[in-house]
Amino acid sequence: MPMLSFLIRRLLQTIPTVLAVVLLVFVLFSVVPGSIASTMSDDVDPQVELRLKQQLGLNDPVYVRFGKYIARLATGDFGTSFRTREPVTSMIAKRAWPTLQLIFTSMAFAVLVGVPLGFIAALRPGGFVDSAAMFVAVSGLSIAKFWLGLVLMYLFALKLGWLPSFGYGDGSLKYLLLPAVTLGVSPMALLARTTRAAVLEIMTADFVRTARSKGMSETRVVKWHVMRNALVIILTTMGLQFGALMGQAVVVEKLFSWPGIGSLLVDSVLQRDIPAVQGSILIVVLAFLAINLLIDVLYGVIDPRIRYA
Amino acid sequence: MKLRANLVIGGALFALAIAVGLLAPWLAHTDPVLDANLMNAEEPPSWTWWFGTDDQGRDIYSRVVYGARVSLTVGIVSQLINSVIGVALGLSAGYWGGWWDDVVNALTNLMLAIPSLIFALAIMAVLGPGLTSLLIALGLTNWSFTCRIARASALSLRNQGYVQAATVLGYGDFRIMITQLLPNMLGPIVVIGTLGMGSAVLSEAALSFLGLGVRPPFPSWGSMLSDARDQITTAPWLSVFPGLAIFLTVLGLNLLGDGLRDILDPQSRSRRT
Amino acid sequence: MTGAPLIEVEDLRIDLDDGSRRVAAAEGVSFRISRGETFGLVGESGCGKSITALALIGLLRPPLSIGAGVIRFDGKEIQHLSAARQRDLRGDRIAMIFQEPMTALNPVSPVGRQIAEMFVLHKGKSWREANRLAVEALASVRVPAPERRVNDYPHQLSGGMRQRVMIAIALACGPDLLIADEPTTALDVTVQAEIIELMRNLCAERGTAILMISHDLGLVANVCRRVAVMYAGRIVEERGSADIFRKPSHPYTQGLVDSLPRLGSRAALGRSRLKEIAGVVPAITSFPDGCRFNPRCVHATDICRTIVPETDLLEAGGLVRCHHHA
Repeated sequence: MPMLSFLIRRLLQTIPTVLAVVLLVFVLFSVVPGSIASTMSDDVDPQVELRLKQQLGLNDPVYVRFGKYIARLATGDFGTSFRTREPVTSMIAKRAWPTLQLIFTSMAFAVLVGVPLGFIAALRPGGFVDSAAMFVAVSGLSIAKFWLGLVLMYLFALKLGWLPSFGYGDGSLKYLLLPAVTLGVSPMALLARTTRAAVLEIMTADFVRTARSKGMSETRVVKWHVMRNALVIILTTMGLQFGALMGQAVVVEKLFSWPGIGSLLVDSVLQRDIPAVQGSILIVVLAFLAINLLIDVLYGVIDPRIRYA
Repeated sequence: MKLRANLVIGGALFALAIAVGLLAPWLAHTDPVLDANLMNAEEPPSWTWWFGTDDQGRDIYSRVVYGARVSLTVGIVSQLINSVIGVALGLSAGYWGGWWDDVVNALTNLMLAIPSLIFALAIMAVLGPGLTSLLIALGLTNWSFTCRIARASALSLRNQGYVQAATVLGYGDFRIMITQLLPNMLGPIVVIGTLGMGSAVLSEAALSFLGLGVRPPFPSWGSMLSDARDQITTAPWLSVFPGLAIFLTVLGLNLLGDGLRDILDPQSRSRRT
Repeated sequence: MTGAPLIEVEDLRIDLDDGSRRVAAAEGVSFRISRGETFGLVGESGCGKSITALALIGLLRPPLSIGAGVIRFDGKEIQHLSAARQRDLRGDRIAMIFQEPMTALNPVSPVGRQIAEMFVLHKGKSWREANRLAVEALASVRVPAPERRVNDYPHQLSGGMRQRVMIAIALACGPDLLIADEPTTALDVTVQAEIIELMRNLCAERGTAILMISHDLGLVANVCRRVAVMYAGRIVEERGSADIFRKPSHPYTQGLVDSLPRLGSRAALGRSRLKEIAGVVPAITSFPDGCRFNPRCVHATDICRTIVPETDLLEAGGLVRCHHHA
């Protein structure tokens, strides 16, 4: 089972990274100036504050708190929210699905539009279609996501009335569409650019000349020989873009009042709900690492030269 | 030919944004903060109010003009911090190797594992809103790419004859890094820096939009859009102009970056054409 | 030469367009190959032999293009055929093998599939049928255990095996002409001989003509019945293989022959050093006037520096392009 041992090895490799992220997140919020308990309400009885601090274990030395924190994390306990008194784990669990929906729909949009756009542009480099596609792509990278969201919201929800302007509703595509497209525009643009560059490079490869010498039409050359080779590069871009997507999701979820982990993170940050902030950041990092692991496995499926040795 | 167009249009847009920021006091019609007049609230664009007015009767045109200062300061300064950190870490890691290289690599991997906007958000949460916090948050979270490039070129350059000659001549490590290695990796670093400025402008706008940027009432394009969101039905022009300003500035930087890449980073050009 | 030639090239010129101007990368190229014949094109890299081959199979890509001349295949001019008609010929009736078997095969596609494509493209077979034929094709190039090997990817095969796969692809549809561009240059010497032998035998069995392109005069003369030597975009001499060694007419060919190590020659000639041709090959953009070999030629006179020599018929058979040929 070379695949299995590869997976296990890769999982082991991510452990230091995860630990480092945990440490970073912990340290970052241990140096928060001012009393945390005092941010919960404006005038707090000093005795109440003391009791609260004891309850939350905030009087222990930092390293003791870190040890306890790690120990609790290991059991899947992300702590209790300062704000809602709810376990962070269950807050995250409730919001995981909407975020997953949003992120994967955005990526699907990005791939379905960006990759064909890149291919079409590469087939006639320097032509009108190429220039237009690359202008769309650089524009997609330059636009502020929440502004694009506002514009789309204004057009499709408020003016045309085709789609709901915000909220999760029943979670159907109708509600998903605007936030997903808003979020998907920059990975779409990036995929279009990298696909174009990849295809142009592959088109100069010797095996493409061999394919032509077989009497293949250009369409078949692309379909039979270029596409799969380009897929490796497209996958790499996708993997990197998932990270950016998760960052941008914070803004887009906030704009569209989407009840995901991103809006949980923003709300928690604004209200200094530190356990919830730590939990959300950790879960995002874990998800990002998991996706990249998945992509590494996919490499092996696409490219036979990669061996899990 | 397209290569020139990128450079010219991008450079022109960026220069325009800088000029607007520098000349804001002369270009603005009113004071962006003080000249509020509820009598003029929510006027649509007209000859008097070029971009319209907001719910407090402030001139959007003047606020957009002043907003350039925040966006460009954050964009340029935070990216400079990133470039300096990235070059310092990457260059020294590539040149010295050993345990230091391992440390830098681990740091870079850590940075790559956390989406940079989320990292910046966390830092803003700790530091609180404000321009200085923005500069720190965005300046510390986007150096990993620069670092990788700097490390890779230091690795390949350190074995070049002229670098080894400098070692033999008794040049110190820092002198070699700065006089021999740095000039030879500047091209790609400048390209990444230009593109990074664009994304810093976008990140600043995003953080300000989330209420974690520059404190109101001082105008920033992001916070203007944040205010505009609630009035999108009654005053859609509030959203149009700050968004357009962000778009044109970042577009300028991206085109400039692409154009510079074609000139300064010929390796990637051969891959792209 | 008996019967109508299979392929006939007449006064072919290949242009190189570098954006501001056009230069002829090859010109005045003429030769004919009969059915089943073996013909070699020899010269240093950059002499125009490879682009001549690409022109025959219709694979010249900008900045290169056919500037003038006629290519007649099986009696019909093919240089102006539509792209679709050229594709019908390509692979089916004219096939090509390239130099680098490492990169000439798609790394992410099983070799069987890359052979099977030929039957799908030109013989209208289903994939299932084509895959079965691919196993046969692989067997015919003496790849052991072909039914297993069809599932292998190029990186799992050795260089020699990969070149066998290339031959299987090229000969899949039973072409009339096989163009082999340095087919063994990238291979080990021991493997070279096997591949050459295989290619020659298979083509002989099927009556496929070979146009072999190489920098290696010895190798080409060994494989081919007739040889043409190219220098700086022009064919300077065309002879029977035996004659070209015995009595080369063009000074350049003489130089090539003298620079070859020959078995048994030491006994006859004593311990003499191998000779090399002085000077360097001129760049495409700065070909000299007159005979392009004149700056390196020991026999060069004024006429060589001004007037392009015509192609002359030799009494002993063959053609030469030299003012001073013996």
